[in-house]
Amino acid sequence: MTDTFQSDPSVTPKNRPGGWAGVVSDWSADQRALKSATWRKAMIWFFLLSDTFIFSIFLLSYMTARMSTKEPWPNASEVFSLHIGHTTYPLLLIAIMTFVLISSSGTMVLAVNYGYRKDRKLTAIMLLVTALLGVTFVGMQAFEWTKLIEEGVRPWGNPMGAPQFGAIFFMITGFHGTHVSIGVIFLLIMAKKVWRGDYDTGRPGFFTSRKGEYECVEIMGLYWHFVDLVWVFIFAFFYLW
Amino acid sequence: MAHSNISKSDGIVAGGTATDSHQEHPLKVYFIVWGLLFILSLGSYMVDFAGLQGYTRWSLILFFMFVKAGLIMAIFMHMKWERLSLNYAIILPLFAILVFIGIMAFEADYTRATRIEFFNADQ
Repeated sequence: MTDTFQSDPSVTPKNRPGGWAGVVSDWSADQRALKSATWRKAMIWFFLLSDTFIFSIFLLSYMTARMSTKEPWPNASEVFSLHIGHTTYPLLLIAIMTFVLISSSGTMVLAVNYGYRKDRKLTAIMLLVTALLGVTFVGMQAFEWTKLIEEGVRPWGNPMGAPQFGAIFFMITGFHGTHVSIGVIFLLIMAKKVWRGDYDTGRPGFFTSRKGEYECVEIMGLYWHFVDLVWVFIFAFFYLW
Repeated sequence: MAHSNISKSDGIVAGGTATDSHQEHPLKVYFIVWGLLFILSLGSYMVDFAGLQGYTRWSLILFFMFVKAGLIMAIFMHMKWERLSLNYAIILPLFAILVFIGIMAFEADYTRATRIEFFNADQ
């Protein structure tokens, strides 16, 4: 990536001001504002920002539905409980799903790190482990959906309480599960590219035609951590609240 | 590459800003955060397991949620090492959501009041 044109020759990438002075000078430079971020990183962050708004709107409609209904809202702690033997564990499956997703975030961060160390094999392995944990998560979600559908939960009603519960549940967890599934597909594609050495040889991407670099793994990581981040909010508001 | 003159140990620069987009940090910090995320998740699960209710429950849920979100964004997503210009470009727009929450809470409250008023009238 070439450096951006600087109107003030005394400001170089080495002595750019930090902190708030940096924010002011970056944004008032009448040039590219994100000095340190490459196009990849800037674009994934803006995509994630827009995706944040989409998920916020889902959670907001959930809040609105739950606050405005006269019917009692189904108790998530009971609805999502799991029976093992004679004991009932509240939210057990959801808790396991949370731990699986956090573990996958950890392996993703390792993949990014090994990528920057140009450790081709370990990066690919960590990407595959992350994908495997992602599949586990989606599988458990499918199990959860099946269980709830068998119990009579539908988008238009359910036996436990407020009829909006089903619509909100399928919409929010479905959209999140879709994100995880898309992430898994991209993780597998990326693992293949890393394994083949695309980011060592700089082989251009099939879609962007840009030179392949290990930064791509970090960009993938930003998306994957975002999916984990969204789950933190869904877990708090939908399952625990 | 502009990166080439930066050695590995320069990944974390004094003042908490990265000199470029190359995000390579000691593994230790990731393992610490990974462990913290497990502990915090366990904490938020325990809120439900212990059956806490009311404001204790809600404030604890929000506490664990924000700490987890903060750790993921700061360390896993490397915001701690990015330039502030990028961080604020992403974080400041999110405050619009708070305004939206306020508007919809007000609206939902009103809807509920009218439902109670009119739907209970015929019973």
